[in-house]
Amino acid sequence: MLSPEVLTVLIAMLGGAIRVSTPYLFVALGETLTEKSGRINLGLEGNLVLGAMMAYAVSFHSGQPWLGVLAACGAGLFLGLLHGVICSLPRVNDIAVGIALMSFGTGASFFFGKPYIQPQAPRLEGLALGEWSSNPALKQALQINPLFFLGIAIAVFLWWALANTRPGLILRMTGDSEASARAMGVNPVRVRILATVAGGGLAGIGGAFLSLSYPGSWNEGLSSGQGLMAVALVIFARWNPLRCVWAALLFGAAGAIGPALQSVGISQGYYFFNAAPYILTLFIMIASARAGLAAQSAPGELSIVK
Amino acid sequence: MDGTIKPTAAVAVGGARLRMTAEAIVIPLASVCAAAVLFSLFLLFLGKSPGQFFALIWQGGFGSSFSIQNTLQRSSPIILTALAFAVPAIIGLTMIGAEGALVLGGFAAAVTALPLIAIGLPAGLTLPLVAVAAMTMGAGLIMIVGWLRHARSVNETISSLLLTYIAIATMSFFVEGLLRDPGSANKPSTTPIGKDYMVGNIPGTDVHWGFVAGLVLAVALWVLMARTTFGFAARVTGGNPRAAKAQGLPVGGLILACSAISGACAGLAGFFEVTAIHGQANASLVAGYGFAGILVSFLARHNPLAIVPIAILFGAIEASGGLIQRRMGLPDATSALLQGLIFVLLLASDTLHGRLAIFREKEAR
Repeated sequence: MLSPEVLTVLIAMLGGAIRVSTPYLFVALGETLTEKSGRINLGLEGNLVLGAMMAYAVSFHSGQPWLGVLAACGAGLFLGLLHGVICSLPRVNDIAVGIALMSFGTGASFFFGKPYIQPQAPRLEGLALGEWSSNPALKQALQINPLFFLGIAIAVFLWWALANTRPGLILRMTGDSEASARAMGVNPVRVRILATVAGGGLAGIGGAFLSLSYPGSWNEGLSSGQGLMAVALVIFARWNPLRCVWAALLFGAAGAIGPALQSVGISQGYYFFNAAPYILTLFIMIASARAGLAAQSAPGELSIVK
Repeated sequence: MDGTIKPTAAVAVGGARLRMTAEAIVIPLASVCAAAVLFSLFLLFLGKSPGQFFALIWQGGFGSSFSIQNTLQRSSPIILTALAFAVPAIIGLTMIGAEGALVLGGFAAAVTALPLIAIGLPAGLTLPLVAVAAMTMGAGLIMIVGWLRHARSVNETISSLLLTYIAIATMSFFVEGLLRDPGSANKPSTTPIGKDYMVGNIPGTDVHWGFVAGLVLAVALWVLMARTTFGFAARVTGGNPRAAKAQGLPVGGLILACSAISGACAGLAGFFEVTAIHGQANASLVAGYGFAGILVSFLARHNPLAIVPIAILFGAIEASGGLIQRRMGLPDATSALLQGLIFVLLLASDTLHGRLAIFREKEAR
């Protein structure tokens, strides 16, 4: 049998992994969608933070947290549209625009979010899936937010749609070879703008989770760089929406180790685990660059794998 | 394409060169003005006076000797991190790891200073040694990126971003554990190096020596990249790596050297953050200077000399934030919003380069 401490840590990690991974999941899915079209958006951090602020503000004014989620999605769509259109201009660098929009997005959310730091907005309640258990820790860990399931549903849908639908095929073709897309009469610029807009909207929903569920309030230090890590997550998931779920859970678990260990009184040394996913991603990049794996699973038009 | 070969910066002469310089100045200026107009409309919409706003930016950034010093102080780390981006950019690499190199450099400075102080080394000897440690640490981090790029074809943008996170986590690991000063209760930090060992200010000012270091490095790196064989080889490699290799240029060595310079600049920024501002290493080092530097370098078109005025402009916007907050009742994020808007518009204006008729070479008949 496991000792009670180990069990406590494992349960806390399970719950923590699910909580921490949800924003990762949304930015990873958004980035996958954008990168599949052959473009990279490094600015999803801005979408995440602006989405968090909008969700909190709208939820506060309307009393409807789901309306807040919609508003967050809208904010993300808006920033995605800016990125998509600006990057479609010739001679504009997509990496720099991503970083600029990240600072614009966070600046805008801090500017408009100032009045919402104090008040309490209605939060998005989790579904109590642990009612059957008598263990209070497990009950708490299984208090899972519906947005997590929404993320998984979107992941499955994207995985299916990319492989089996006409728009999915057009998206992948644009990302793999601009020349063939043009030959087929597809306008690659329009496809990329749409993919960036949709990806930005998904990242916005991830932000809504931050402010409406966990940590569950709006302040300027809300995001700890989850949006910036979207690019690493997507490489980790090798541009596959289903693998995004596992990647997000793994990154989430690594982030949850610290608080989980704290619950049994270990408060030092866990920073190594926070770095673990990044080290792992780096090793995957090194290994796949040597084996030419990148060429197999990465979109051919993507600047970062050329 | 019209079949004629347009002069490039390297071979442009006379009128063409003048036109290109004018283009390089007019388009960015016009986009800053466009940002100002847009922001004015936004302020009018909020019922605030744009005139007062821009007057306050001037006053808070350049209006008095105090505000000028504040501006220069704030621009110092941005100059160094922008140089850290510009040098690899010239050789064709998009390295966004300056934030990590800054953090690791600052951490190395704080950690190496403590034993040197403990054995009683005077400040005049300690600080140069500590600066070398910070620069070595930063250079080492970015050289990993350069080596991975050259030897293993690992994309430098992503690996430098990942290493930034690894660097920050490494610092947190030590600062919150082994090397934590028991006295730092709320904000885990290393033991302060003490007032006697801090880098002072330039005599007669409130600006620390990091600004001078930034100026000197900007000029030195401009000379290196624009006026030496090394710089020429680097620019050729940036233009066409395969051609450079075919010409027998030591591409790998050039990439490693540029990575080392880049990391050393960012590490030096970290050194000044610790030894001139914070006095210890803690989470305050993660302030986004690395990312601001990327944008400043883009706006300066990776020209080390142009980086200085642009970094000062952004330092001024930041320096005036407090004044705007007090006088106009606008949130302190106002300057961040304005900066973001300027960045976005300036980057978008890149598309106009070479496409405006007045800046174009008259077609040969």
